[in-house]
Amino acid sequence: MPPLNPPAPPSRGYLSDGTTVASWLCTRDHKRIALLYLFTITFFFLIGASAAALMRWELTRPNGDLMTSDTYNRLFTLHGVVMVWFFLIPSIPAVLGNFVLPLAIGARDVAFPRLNLASWYIFVCGGLIALYAIVVGGVDTGWTFYTPYSSTYSNSNVMVMATGIFVAGFSSIATGLNFIVTVHKLRAPGLTWFRLPLFVWAIYATSIILVLATPVLAITLALMALERGFGVGIFDPKLGGDPLLFQHLFWFYSHPAVYIMILPGMGVVSELVSCFSRKKIFGYKVMAFSILSIAGLGFLVWGHHMFVSSQSVYAGVVFSLLSFLVSVPSAIKVFNWIATLHRGSITFGTPLLYALGFLALFTIGGLTGIFLATLAVDVHLHDTYFVIAHFHYIMVGGGVMAYMGGIHYWWPKISGRMFPEGWARFSAVTIFVGFNLTFFPQFLLGYLGMPRRYHIYPAEFQTLNVISSAGAAVLAVGYLVPLCYLTWSFFHGKDAGPNPWNATGLEWQTPSPPPSHNFEQTPVVTRPPYDYPPL
Amino acid sequence: MTSAEPASAPSPYSDAAQRDVANHLGMWTLIATEILFFGGLFLAYCVYRGAYPAAFSAGSHRLDFWSGTVNTAVLLTSSLFMALGDAMIRVGRRRGLQVCVTLTAGLGVLFLAIKFSEYREMYAEHLVPGIRYGAAGPPQMQLFLFLYFVMTALHAVHMLVGIGLLGWLLTLNRRGRLSRDRRAPVSMVGLYWHFVDCVWVFLYPLLYLIPR
Repeated sequence: MPPLNPPAPPSRGYLSDGTTVASWLCTRDHKRIALLYLFTITFFFLIGASAAALMRWELTRPNGDLMTSDTYNRLFTLHGVVMVWFFLIPSIPAVLGNFVLPLAIGARDVAFPRLNLASWYIFVCGGLIALYAIVVGGVDTGWTFYTPYSSTYSNSNVMVMATGIFVAGFSSIATGLNFIVTVHKLRAPGLTWFRLPLFVWAIYATSIILVLATPVLAITLALMALERGFGVGIFDPKLGGDPLLFQHLFWFYSHPAVYIMILPGMGVVSELVSCFSRKKIFGYKVMAFSILSIAGLGFLVWGHHMFVSSQSVYAGVVFSLLSFLVSVPSAIKVFNWIATLHRGSITFGTPLLYALGFLALFTIGGLTGIFLATLAVDVHLHDTYFVIAHFHYIMVGGGVMAYMGGIHYWWPKISGRMFPEGWARFSAVTIFVGFNLTFFPQFLLGYLGMPRRYHIYPAEFQTLNVISSAGAAVLAVGYLVPLCYLTWSFFHGKDAGPNPWNATGLEWQTPSPPPSHNFEQTPVVTRPPYDYPPL
Repeated sequence: MTSAEPASAPSPYSDAAQRDVANHLGMWTLIATEILFFGGLFLAYCVYRGAYPAAFSAGSHRLDFWSGTVNTAVLLTSSLFMALGDAMIRVGRRRGLQVCVTLTAGLGVLFLAIKFSEYREMYAEHLVPGIRYGAAGPPQMQLFLFLYFVMTALHAVHMLVGIGLLGWLLTLNRRGRLSRDRRAPVSMVGLYWHFVDCVWVFLYPLLYLIPR
């Protein structure tokens, strides 16, 4: 029997403070800015994914009859540029970082709310410029823009695309700067550094990379564009310039950029594993320090992208050793997550399914990274599908799995509503299966010698390519289903309550969705993180 | 600490002191970014100077030694006035601050004027790679001149931003928004201005003082 006086609908917190378009576009609330980023990067994800779908379609047949080589070149460049700079790099930091970080440290907002909004506008500007470059014909250099092809020979819209990336870079810097200051200066009373959740540590380390690496990319792309524009520049061999210098500068940014994509994921997974096994994270301090050491080492390994570029063999040996070193803190983290799960009281909620997927795929991606860091083996595997599979296991298997897990974990906080658990588990498993089906065959293809960036290949590679393309179709289903049920649950899901997972962490001590000012009373922290009651 | 502030005026800070330290850390972080931004150019300079010392020396010969030297003096003096302005507001002398910041900005403009006339002369002498170039000399000399233009132009852009910030300080001060207790903007802009100076302190010897 329905009650005679239905209870007032629960307040939707920050979501109901202003519903006009202007209230969103002029907001300084970190939670709303996070949602603006969420919409924007989802849009870019769909563009990047469509390019991938077209490529996989083309690759089902060996003779390359669906599109010209030139179109194919433009497609993989589009896919790389959009996915790296307009989806992966902003994904966890700008969406989950923006939403959760101030809540997790008990702050009212990030340190510079106006700069935070400005960063979104800068990002959108960069994105629109990149879209324009795509619409007027795209770019065929690959996402790496290697000189002298990009600076001298390419007949595509290199300048426009580089401008878009250059602009978007400043949005990364603004976000990183904001988070660094926020973590340093706005922690709630009692929240010491070693009481911070590992997610905060991860976002902090990522922000340092954003601030220190992104400017190098900006100046490198600017130099490349100047060379293209004026026909003279420092990468030009005619003048004694060295095109390899471009690669050094580019990878000085772009290798740390890989850690921009994976470190926040490690932070998210730490939260999920601990919450869903009801246990304190194993080796908290080691986990925090290993995040920092991955961030630090990440700046010293760029040369492993250049083993076959005529870089000196001694430099190659040093870069190879340093790259092996990265595996130490990474392995420590994997072991600690497993130790956290060990003898925990595990519930297989959707977020944990994603976290377990992350563990499996990141481990495979990490171990195959050791193959590639080995100087001699890399000569065989360089620029083959083995490399493609390796970095997709890290960036998609690691980064995107963690992003999806984090979105599901914090969705009740973001929307105040629960998502349908059955559908969510179905899509988590679908993504895991589809992902492996897509990318595992690529390890084999690469090992057998299929080079990346070609759409015509010998007929004996067809079976594995067809399996890979079929996997991509499964993966697409896995990504589209959450898009539907998350949108549905935002309006119609059942009420979540402040802490549906019974998690520790300050963000769960305020209503869902949180009020605009986050906390009625600034929380005071007296306990270590992940303080779950003993089992 | 309580969150007494209403939702309509969200400020992440509990008091002005907390805001000031946050702003300072923000400025230092920005400077760290800027160092890496210039860093790529300095790296390129070092690599090519090591590879082509003779061509770089020849290129350095084509620059106007005295313009660079006078500009260094101008810029260091501007930094002196910036520091004096900071000292003035520490003891609450708002007029003194106004004079010092005006002089700082004036010297900044003088620096840019000298720089611009230097560019114009080089244009007249066909020394601008990619735009108007016809100098006899080793081809690698173009690398030096290209780096000279990119580095000094990037520095000049930062000077322009700095002069804008100084103008903002003057407006704040005229409206009575700066005082002994509210002087964070002065030290913030000061930090930025000194940073831009420091970049020049490295550019000057690297570009103008290569042994002949």
